[in-house]
Amino acid sequence: MSIVIEPPRTAKPKRTNWEKWGWIYMRVSGVALIILVFGHLFANLWVGEGIKAIDFAFVAGKWSDPFWQVWDLLMLWLALIHGTNGMRTIVNDYAEREKTRKRLVWILWATCVALIVLGTLVIYTFDPCPANGTPENLPSFCPVNQS
Amino acid sequence: MPSKPAGTLYRGKVGMWSWVLHRITGVAIFFFLLVHVLDTSLVRLSPEAYDVVIATYKTPIIGLAELGLVAAILFHAFNGIRIILIDFWSKGSKYQNAMFWVVVSIAFVIFAIFTPRHLGNVFG
Ligand code: HEM
Ligand code: HEM
Repeated sequence: MSIVIEPPRTAKPKRTNWEKWGWIYMRVSGVALIILVFGHLFANLWVGEGIKAIDFAFVAGKWSDPFWQVWDLLMLWLALIHGTNGMRTIVNDYAEREKTRKRLVWILWATCVALIVLGTLVIYTFDPCPANGTPENLPSFCPVNQS
Repeated sequence: MPSKPAGTLYRGKVGMWSWVLHRITGVAIFFFLLVHVLDTSLVRLSPEAYDVVIATYKTPIIGLAELGLVAAILFHAFNGIRIILIDFWSKGSKYQNAMFWVVVSIAFVIFAIFTPRHLGNVFG
C-alpha cells in the first residue's frame, strides 16, 4: 500500500510573494546589467581617449542618438532598483531595531525613486545646444559652431 | 549547547569570502551610482558646470579610484554569474569553489588589460 498525497499539498499563498520576485529580479537584472554596464564602461573608458574625451559635447553626441538614450535609461532603472534592493537586504541583515530598519528601507526607496525620476528627466529633456553654453563647450553640430 | 559553531563547511572559506566581497563591492557601486546620477544631471544646468565637475574624473586621484570602481564591477558582475549558476545549474554548488577562481581570474585578466590604457589616459 502506498500513500497518495493529493496535490496541491500546500495551500497556494494568497498574497504576492515579494521576496521571491525580488530574488528573481536580482538575477534577471544582473544578467542585463552585465551587458549594459560593460557597454557603458567600454564606450566611456576604453574607446578613443577614454575618460579624457568626456565632456558636455561628448554627452551631447551620445544622447543625440536614441540608441544611447534607451541604453542609459535601461541602465538607470535596472541598476538603481537592483542596487536599492540589494541595500535593502543588507539593512535587513544588520539593523537591530525594527523602527530603524523600517526607516532605513524607506530612505532607500525614496532615494531610488528620486534618482530614477531625475535621471529619466535628464535624458529626455536634454538639449545638446542650450542657450547658456559657450561655443567651445558645445558640440560641433550646434548652430553657433556652424559658420 | 556548543559555545561556537565548530568546523562548518562555510566559515572562513571561499563561500564566505566571495559573499563578503560581493556585498562590499555591491555597496561601493551603489554609492558611486548615487553620486554619478547627480553629476550627470549637471548637463541640464549648464555645459560649463558639467565640464568643471567631470574634469575631476580626470585627476590622478580620482583616476586611480576609477580603477577601484572597475575592479569592483568586474568582480561583482562575474561573481553574480557564479551565484546564478549555483542557484540554477545542477552542478553549481559542486563547482562553486572552482568557479570562484574562474571569476577572480577573468576579472584579473580584464583588469590587467584595462589598467595600462586607463592610466595612459589619466596621466598621458
Ligand atoms: C568611471 C566610470 C564611468 C564614467 C566615466 C561614466 C560616464 C558617464 C557619462 C559621460 C554619462 C553621460 C551619458 C553617457 O555617456 O552615456 C553617464 C551616464 C550614466 N552612467 Fe556612467 N560612467 C561611469 C560608470 C558608471 C557605472 C559603473 C554605472 C552603473 C552602475 C553608470 C551608470 C550610468 C547611468 C545610469 C547614466 C545615465 C544617468 C542619467 O540618466 O542621468 N556609469 N556616465
Ligand atoms: C554588472 C552586473 C551585475 C550582476 C551580474 C549582479 C548580480 C548580483 C547578484 C546575483 C546578487 C545576489 C542577489 C541575492 O543574493 O539574492 C547581487 C547583489 C547585490 N548587487 Fe549586484 N549585480 C550587478 C550589478 C550591480 C550594480 C550596478 C549594483 C549597484 C548599483 C549592485 C549592487 C548589489 C548589491 C548592493 C547587492 C546585495 C549584496 C548582498 O546582499 O550581500 N549590483 N548582485
